[in-house]
Amino acid sequence: MKLDVNGNVHDVDAPPDMPLLWVLRDLLGLTGTKFGCGMAQCGACTVHLDGNPVRACVTPVSTVGARKVATIESLSPDASHPVQRAWIEADVVQCGYCQSGQIMTATALLRRVPEPTDADIDAAMSGNICRCGTYGRVREAIHLAARLQKGGGK
Amino acid sequence: MTTLSRRGFLTAAGTGAAALVIGFHIPEGAARTVAPAPKAMMSPNAFLRIGSDESITVVIAHSEMGQGIWTGLAMLVAEELACDWTRIRCEHAPADAATYAAPGSPLQMTGGSSTTRGEYQRYREVGATAKDMLIRAAAARWKVAPADCVAENGAVVGKRGQRATFGQLAAEAMKLPPPASVKLKDPKDWKILGTPVRRLDSPEKVTGRATFGMDVQFPGLRTALVARPPAFGAMLVKFDAAAALKVPGVEKVVPAGNGVAVVAAHFWAAKLGRDALVVEWSQPEGGGLDTARFSAQLRKLVEAHGTDVGKEGSVDAGKVAATLTSVYEVPYLAHAPMEPLNCAVKINADGTCDIYTGTQAPSLDQQVAGGILGIAPDKVRVHTQFLGGGFGRRANPKQDFVAEAVLVAKAAGVPVKTVWTREDDIRGGFYRPAYAHRIVAKTDRAGAPIGWEHVVAGQSIMKGTPFEAFVVRNGVDPTSVEGLAESPYLRGAARHVSLHTPVTPVTVLWWRSVGNTHTAFAMECMIDELAHAAKADPLAYRLKLLDGAPRHAAVLKLAADKGGWGTPPPAGRARGLAVHESFGSIVAQCAEVSVEGDRIRVHHVACAVDCGPAVNPLGIEAQVHSSVVYGLTAALHGKLDLAGGAVQQGNFHDYPVLRMFEMPSVSVHVVPSTARMGGIGEPATAPIAPAVANAVYALTKQRLRALPLRLATVREARG
Amino acid sequence: MNKLVFTIITIASAACSGGRSSSGGGMVAAGDGLAAWETVRGVLQHPRCANCHPAGDQPLQGDEGRPHNQNVQRGPAGRGMVGAECTTCHGPANPPASYGAHTPPGVSNGWHMPTPEQPLVFVGVSSGALCAQVKDPAHNGGKDMAALRAHLDDPLVQWGWSPGLGRAPVPTPRAAFLAAWDAWAAAGAPCPAP
Repeated sequence: MKLDVNGNVHDVDAPPDMPLLWVLRDLLGLTGTKFGCGMAQCGACTVHLDGNPVRACVTPVSTVGARKVATIESLSPDASHPVQRAWIEADVVQCGYCQSGQIMTATALLRRVPEPTDADIDAAMSGNICRCGTYGRVREAIHLAARLQKGGGK
Repeated sequence: MTTLSRRGFLTAAGTGAAALVIGFHIPEGAARTVAPAPKAMMSPNAFLRIGSDESITVVIAHSEMGQGIWTGLAMLVAEELACDWTRIRCEHAPADAATYAAPGSPLQMTGGSSTTRGEYQRYREVGATAKDMLIRAAAARWKVAPADCVAENGAVVGKRGQRATFGQLAAEAMKLPPPASVKLKDPKDWKILGTPVRRLDSPEKVTGRATFGMDVQFPGLRTALVARPPAFGAMLVKFDAAAALKVPGVEKVVPAGNGVAVVAAHFWAAKLGRDALVVEWSQPEGGGLDTARFSAQLRKLVEAHGTDVGKEGSVDAGKVAATLTSVYEVPYLAHAPMEPLNCAVKINADGTCDIYTGTQAPSLDQQVAGGILGIAPDKVRVHTQFLGGGFGRRANPKQDFVAEAVLVAKAAGVPVKTVWTREDDIRGGFYRPAYAHRIVAKTDRAGAPIGWEHVVAGQSIMKGTPFEAFVVRNGVDPTSVEGLAESPYLRGAARHVSLHTPVTPVTVLWWRSVGNTHTAFAMECMIDELAHAAKADPLAYRLKLLDGAPRHAAVLKLAADKGGWGTPPPAGRARGLAVHESFGSIVAQCAEVSVEGDRIRVHHVACAVDCGPAVNPLGIEAQVHSSVVYGLTAALHGKLDLAGGAVQQGNFHDYPVLRMFEMPSVSVHVVPSTARMGGIGEPATAPIAPAVANAVYALTKQRLRALPLRLATVREARG
Repeated sequence: MNKLVFTIITIASAACSGGRSSSGGGMVAAGDGLAAWETVRGVLQHPRCANCHPAGDQPLQGDEGRPHNQNVQRGPAGRGMVGAECTTCHGPANPPASYGAHTPPGVSNGWHMPTPEQPLVFVGVSSGALCAQVKDPAHNGGKDMAALRAHLDDPLVQWGWSPGLGRAPVPTPRAAFLAAWDAWAAAGAPCPAP
């Protein structure tokens, strides 16, 4: 089947039930998207389908169809995306394992709500678990990203 | 070249594409006296490489699992080296205890909140040594005295305006002998240390480029999922691989220890193969552990004295005005790091083995792999990857997840990466053990404790491990009782602490802040109970007892002050306090809570820390936040139930962890301190549960003595 | 006053619909209609249906109707909060059984709840109040009885009988539910006293 990932169309030979997560990681080698729970509980596997956040671990690859898949690798390779810059500026990461998912959810939020409130952030981000407890700085970074985005990005 | 002594040897830091990177190795600090055998040149076995391209590579002897040591240790080097901070990068050291074990430790490990304080001297000396060599190289080039040259921002500058970058000097510097000793900077001259510095590993972690153990891929590597016993004490009887082998992509099914591994082309095939596998397990002896029964057993045990931990003084019965008895309990807990366990193993025909994993204990990995393969530990190369959280789980005396992967790779005859599912992780054992504490406090007319009988019951972490011989004394595992007998609250009290150490088939392990997870809960709640019994302000009551412990008193006062203690809390809220010393640091917290329906909500935590000199205040703040969140999960949610030896929880829906909407605001206040440096990865974990419990009492008058905290009206919530 | 008006409307409605209803092969008495409603009510208030019709803005989960984890909320259009839409986790169909129990179920027209303007609360309401609410276009999304009947074929309603691995379906067979609905409608959609 054909799969549009980060603007590249791949011909993927995968069983239809195989979760998109494992197609990305094990067949396409895109390991930025993480496995954390396998049941849409932790958000580490969050990717975008046509710009909407989804949990790749519970998304059978056959259901993706023509929708465009975007993973963390699509934001920028050099951390220049406003959300990535905000993450660095706010020193968000610790172990870093959940951060691909956090960033993908935050990016989807900021696309629709350019200046989210704390309540918007809490609602959007509560599906993304961080065991290092970076939540406070995630909040801070999303506000910062909103400002960077507004400023047009350096 | 192999005849060079370690202290003097030089190396090119790469070949091929990296051929331009000429580096020199600075061996360990002058304090080290052991002189290990020289290593092969291409084995990067020291702490620093300076490239002719100006790159500064700091080789980190410990594992980066989120605690920020890549940044912290690099800061120690950079302060003394006077390099350009933007040129610094880090890499994990290979497994080589002779070179990389922390000074004074026989093992290369990361844990015990020990990295920064343990490496404080050595990594500064690494930087100072390199700077000395670079300056002498420049001086020789310019034919001036070294004293007439200074290093600054990645270059050596001479008095007459000569300038050469570190990269330009590296080749010449590496030919010089290292200095016999170096003088480290006076802290008052620090430019980097003590200032907030952002993490070095952010760029790769926000782009998805960072490689965790889970992300390791190389040609020929297979993925394996292992079917493990469904209950502690169950043993593998037999298995039928036929259905599993029919799953497309499944290549092999092999027994591995007390489990069966399904080896496949990728995770999903291995997962489906394991689902299809038919395995027969034995029933655990005696039906297996039930936590309800075990809790009752612990509560029974603490009714009588156990093995003496400490006994001092006797109570003057005539002075006893009141006796208060309380029992505290905590359950088994899984670490649940975000990255499920995994380990890639490649066994080579030449009698060596390569291990790729996020590990807290490369030395132990070498030992367990060497033991299984019948090769010397130094034939095992450990390629430490980023750890997606550790919290203790990735360092255990048996290194179960590494040992198992080696067994699987050996049985399968191909390179294999074992991957654990979240359910495997939650049910895989090595838990924070369940504990019960019973305290009988006798107080004088002023309400102060003059007698303290404290009985503890719970499994030992150290017993039955190679560490037992070093740490267990007179039958007492000190991690079971840390912080009790030496509590600063009890200086004026006759005290008797004793310990029961039941043995169960459930494997247990240190879990962020180890014994302090339960000792701080028991101590700080009991002190709070005594304060209320004495009708005293909990802060004033504590401060009076802490009269002889000024550091404790200072952080407690600071946390209380920053948390608004003494001012009325917002309507419907109350505050609670706790202070606890562990890992050489003292942490106090003031938590502000409310109750919404049957849910305890923590709004704010003011946290004061005395950890001695601060290397990176930003890192300290992050670690304190992190510890508060980790401890809050245990305070509000964490609990494993076992029935028939089988863990009932399996994933984040029934083993919930703190999420964004539950996150309190956390303020961190670091006390300027010249005390001996303490750890910071763990100490802020312990006080949060008692601080919250004490606040809940203040608000509701319900004294919750078991974790997780459950209000009387609460039904057992799932997810 | 409200009660009186309500009763009159009910009677009028019963008379009206009763007059044109003959689909069941004849007139249905209001008493039988109430019995049929009771079957309908049992379905609507089963957790498979009621969990997405909560009293507050947080959907429920499980047979015990616990609050949906992850702090999931109805959101401005009943499709979750921005960045945490229902469809972030709930796909276009139930996941394959190989994904295991407790994975989020899915539906072809997109997982959702009623809108905040018309939340159509099934949880904690009396039979009479539920009945009135269901029929009232001001509360049910502007549906008349015919539109309501058509809504019963909505994939998300149908999902209640095929909820995926690990979930108990609505115990009343779907055919029995539809028959009860039709009987209730034929009887003029009578409601018990609130």
